[in-house]
Amino acid sequence: MKIAITAAGDDLHAPLDPRFGRAARFILYDTESKEYAVVDNEQNLNAPQGAGVQSAEILSRSGAECLLTGHCGPKAFRTLTAAGICVYTGLSGTVADAIRRFESGELGEASGADVEGHWQ
Amino acid sequence: MKIAVASGKGGTGKTTVAVNLALSLPSPVQLLDCDVEEPNCHLFLKPEIQREEVVGIPVPEVDPDLCDLCGECGRICQFNAIVSLKTQPLVFPELCHGCGGCRLVCPREAIHEENRPIGDIIFGRREGVDFVQGRLHIGQAMSPPLIRAVKKEAAGGVCIIDCPPGTTCPVITAIRDTDFVVLVTEPTPFGLHDLRLAVDTCRALDLPFGVVINRCDSGDERVVAYCHEEHIPVLLEIADDRRIAEAYSRGEPAVEALPRLRRDFSRLWKKIQHHSTRMKSTVTRG
Repeated sequence: MKIAITAAGDDLHAPLDPRFGRAARFILYDTESKEYAVVDNEQNLNAPQGAGVQSAEILSRSGAECLLTGHCGPKAFRTLTAAGICVYTGLSGTVADAIRRFESGELGEASGADVEGHWQ
Repeated sequence: MKIAVASGKGGTGKTTVAVNLALSLPSPVQLLDCDVEEPNCHLFLKPEIQREEVVGIPVPEVDPDLCDLCGECGRICQFNAIVSLKTQPLVFPELCHGCGGCRLVCPREAIHEENRPIGDIIFGRREGVDFVQGRLHIGQAMSPPLIRAVKKEAAGGVCIIDCPPGTTCPVITAIRDTDFVVLVTEPTPFGLHDLRLAVDTCRALDLPFGVVINRCDSGDERVVAYCHEEHIPVLLEIADDRRIAEAYSRGEPAVEALPRLRRDFSRLWKKIQHHSTRMKSTVTRG
């Protein structure tokens, strides 16, 4: 299973980026092979609007099935749900910490956005 | 003739200049309040309101029976207002700029447009001044379509446009296609900094412009020096007069509290006419 983690750096030791739409990068981690790839999100970091929607689209194309992040707004959540991606919010620490918590099964799936939209 | 009253910095006196200029000109004059996020000309003009209209923008609606999930709509949208994943396209009306691109590219004609209200236009009148105000609905962020709708009410005579502050899209929308831009500033470092940005904006749009310095004796000489260096006409300097501030606090136009100011605003109008024709001919020659 492929999971995406919002990251401020390029590897598993990087701090988890608490923002979803304007996360610097996504680490795409394969739970079976234990390998990972980095997906750049620079374009959305500076998007004037709709960064969460666009980031969700990028994740959808990447084949990720789950997202581990800090916070997720309503438009991003709606888009991620439509793409069939499970969302886990409230994470912090490093990317590796988030993966460990996910694999231990202690995380509960988010049922909705945990922050207000940043546009309205 | 359309005159935009703009500024880089907020709170320099755009509304004061726009309202008092409108009240100092022979009728008929139109005053358009295009600062639609916080319109305030009416506080001073106190027009009698005649009617209101709702303004909307077209946003897409997708017919699920016709959509074949091709994703063209999402690819053309530069604003992430419509996305097409493995499922039906999702529409985010609050991000939509109403360009109609998604409807045009849809090969199945599965998209039609619905009108989404974004604001009101209010029409009023007072003593020879025809007043039109745009008022953006609370929670809306898309002001340019409403500003364009207010500007469409310009009747062809003398028209004063009170603009939003800054140099972003709403300002560009408000000053574009006007005959002259009056940039109101104050003689402070902030006033000068934002005046430079506003000057760059007018130059990029090839619009003739001049400067009004409000509270002219309250700061330093740098704004005057800058205008001199850049060959920018200083059209009017308004003194830092407590009586103007007191009238403002009561919602009274300055020309009513201090009738001698009418002469200053009439002179401002003459200078605007002079510079707009002169600068325009320079632009044409260039």
